[in-house]
Amino acid sequence: MGGSRERVLARVRAALADVPADEPVERRPSRSYADGHFEGDALEVLVDRLLDYKALVERVAEEELPVRIAAALERRGAARVAVPPGLPPEWSVGVSVECVEDRPDAPLSAADLDAIDGVVTGCAVAIAETGTIVLDAGPDQGRRALTLVPDYHLCVVRADQVVDGVPAGVRRLNPSRPLTWISGPSATSDIELNRVEGVHGPRTLEVLLVETDI
Amino acid sequence: MSSATFLGMPPFPEAARSAVEDSRTRHNLHKATHTIRGKRDAVVGELGDDWQRLRAEGEAVKTHTLRHLDHYLEKLEESVQRAGGTVHWASDAAEANAIVTRLVKRTGESEVVKVKSMATQEIELNNALEAAGITAYETDLAELIVQLGKDLPSHILVPAIHLGRAQIREIFLDKMAEWGVPAPEGLTDDPRALAEAARVHLRELFLRAKVAVSGANFAVADTGTLVVLESEGNGRMCLTMPETLISVVGIEKIVPTWSDLEVFMQLLPRSSTGERMNPYTSTWTGVTPGDGPQDFHLVLLDNGRTDVLADTVGRQALRCIRCSACLNICPVYERTGGHAYGSVYPGPIGAILSPQLRGMSSEVDRALPYASSLCGACYDVCPVAIDIPEVLVHLREQVVSTDAPLGEKAMMAGAEAVFGSSKALEAVQRAAGAMRGAVPRHLPGLAGEWTDTRDIPHIPKDSFRKWWNEREEGR
Amino acid sequence: MRIALFITCVNDTLFPDTGRAVVRLLERLGHEVVFPAGQTCCGQMHYNTGYRRPAARLAVRFAQTFERADAVVVPSASCAAMVRDHYPKLGRIGSRLSRRMADLGPRVYDLTEFLVDVLQVTDVGAYYPHKVVYHPTCHGLRFLGLGDRPYRLLRSVRGLELLELPGATECCGFGGTFSVKNGDVSAAMGFDKARHAVETGAEVLCAVDNSCLMHIGGTLSRQRSGMRIAHIAEILASTEKEHATL
Repeated sequence: MGGSRERVLARVRAALADVPADEPVERRPSRSYADGHFEGDALEVLVDRLLDYKALVERVAEEELPVRIAAALERRGAARVAVPPGLPPEWSVGVSVECVEDRPDAPLSAADLDAIDGVVTGCAVAIAETGTIVLDAGPDQGRRALTLVPDYHLCVVRADQVVDGVPAGVRRLNPSRPLTWISGPSATSDIELNRVEGVHGPRTLEVLLVETDI
Repeated sequence: MSSATFLGMPPFPEAARSAVEDSRTRHNLHKATHTIRGKRDAVVGELGDDWQRLRAEGEAVKTHTLRHLDHYLEKLEESVQRAGGTVHWASDAAEANAIVTRLVKRTGESEVVKVKSMATQEIELNNALEAAGITAYETDLAELIVQLGKDLPSHILVPAIHLGRAQIREIFLDKMAEWGVPAPEGLTDDPRALAEAARVHLRELFLRAKVAVSGANFAVADTGTLVVLESEGNGRMCLTMPETLISVVGIEKIVPTWSDLEVFMQLLPRSSTGERMNPYTSTWTGVTPGDGPQDFHLVLLDNGRTDVLADTVGRQALRCIRCSACLNICPVYERTGGHAYGSVYPGPIGAILSPQLRGMSSEVDRALPYASSLCGACYDVCPVAIDIPEVLVHLREQVVSTDAPLGEKAMMAGAEAVFGSSKALEAVQRAAGAMRGAVPRHLPGLAGEWTDTRDIPHIPKDSFRKWWNEREEGR
Repeated sequence: MRIALFITCVNDTLFPDTGRAVVRLLERLGHEVVFPAGQTCCGQMHYNTGYRRPAARLAVRFAQTFERADAVVVPSASCAAMVRDHYPKLGRIGSRLSRRMADLGPRVYDLTEFLVDVLQVTDVGAYYPHKVVYHPTCHGLRFLGLGDRPYRLLRSVRGLELLELPGATECCGFGGTFSVKNGDVSAAMGFDKARHAVETGAEVLCAVDNSCLMHIGGTLSRQRSGMRIAHIAEILASTEKEHATL
């Protein structure tokens, strides 16, 4: 099968005999479209879209974040939650539930994650227009499995992480990192094409949107 | 447990005949396609005039990439390898299946979890794996339904679109136990309950699986990043939890740069599920230490794509991003469902893609370009502006040039002779006018296809031109 | 204005009333209509079925017949679209045939386009005291982009009550040879179109294309629905005087 590469490439080149040899291989994007398609405050739009996806959302002031994290976990009735290794220490100050750190040298097993009540993380970027939160496995988010297996994901989004639309989001992201774009809790449209929330990913997504000075 | 295949299915008109008479399927399809049309219209409308700008940009990116596909394939290969992945090339289905089977065997595992992927359906990977003693578990809800029910996919996005909730419940109750965790007793047909049953059925499998097989929606040449859009989280499970990940990706899935995704991440979700954004999108670049599969293989699949590429008109079908908007809007698909198209690619896009990928030697593939009234709704909604009617007509020309039905050929030649001179046309009009009272209500042969369900119009005594000529003479 | 009429083979042979209505209407609006005698068929059936060469020969014939006309009016959106959209693609890109066809295209109009855009008239002085639904045919809607032109013309007709047709934008299922090559699907689509029309309670279903109307009308007639079909030209041509004599 060593010849398959050359065979496929040769077929591609033969198929493209009509393309002039001097046609430039690089292409300049048009970017004729807008970054966002809404009027008003991006944070309000983000909240609106998240609610539309049946996520839970609260807007919180920076100084009250630890209290609000603790309150959310209490409301959820969580006893043990997983946290990434780089979660800002001040976030868990008021938290009374047990926080289990997913350490790179001793990662939680799949079974551990399945048995845990939830996970608390930050995020990399949030896109207002589509209600999308992107995780890039940064220190305050952890590896991908951490935010996948637990059934409850409490995600902290800072106002300065919010962009208007998809183009700005794509620009801010680093593709060499593993990325997870999350738009609401897991859902399916496979039964009669109606959206139903709650399949394999976290069935509850709770977002705390922190007002920061932008 | 082998999957069903499309082999041996009748050509479209015959398959469509029985489909049209299946009122339960017609009901399910009508409901589903009209639901999704409404959702798509709403979220596309939100973007205003920018929708057409994004559409034009999507078209331009894909067209450009295809015109320099050799360059971008080599670039992608280099980027993936630099990021720690291994790249394989498969010129056909057999090669791709052999590569995947070998890679799975090397892990010592006898089961794989699968993310919904059109490419692996196209090559019938599950059957090949089964022949090698490997069980492939479909984890997308609709794929799971199709696999459990030993059914065939009938839609690109929602392979079980032809089934309603009550039928899905029956399949879950009957079949889940054969494959693993059984459906709960007392399962209702509430979609929430059905989704919950799927969650429980697959949960343990996700946590234990060591090997996953996926496709990809996009492969970014300059970074080596693969992109999978999904809803349920089964994709994330497969792409994250196992130790080995094998992605089978058609060579036309490439986009040149990371920033090109800003176009497609707007076009695809809105066209596909009619959402501003699908619940989950995963992107990964090679291997990330300590996070996800540490052994990643990309299998680049040709399997007829270079034949499509060689046709300068038909080539545009390779722009397809598998959104299904053309299926959802198509009045023919709505009435026949997907199985009648005899391929994993049904609907308008299937009617131009399948005959090009497979060649037009079979009755099934020669009938597909005619499975359309050429109404143009598919072209209107296509997010990458594939002119499906244009390609359909182009493929019809190929059918006619190689093997036109004799009766049709004679009729067309006769029609050309009549239309070749106004005198000949007048003669036919006079003859028709003379026998106008004698035309029976039901006609034989091809015309019977018309008179079975429709009356023929009353033939006028005089043609328009006779009236005109008499009027001119009277002046 | 001197207007060349391309009647189309279907109208010429099966629906001469439509042609007479077009002539009556345009003459009433003060224009001269000419009928180039050599005309036959635009070649749409051949083209759409895959018989490209015969279609190209008919296209050349059309060009020869109409090349000197300032404006060609066609009471059929699909034939107008054939000439405008598909003729230029019949030759190779940059070929003499393609250029010739591309030059012709801008002077070819569907009747409703011609009235609204060129003659700039929406009230053509018509009278038609009936409940009517309009079916926007695929070629009118998606290929020519007629938009609201037919609706504006119909709304200006005195006595006419225009009802809304559910699922209006969906194809009726005619599709030329599709109607016999895939007769079952075509009939199912036609049945739904007819059902939607009948449910509105309208007396008349009108459109800009008699081939679609032949299919829907054939279905309505087989169902003994009592609903009639009429080309939009026939509605726009009718006046109080004619109704009084009926």
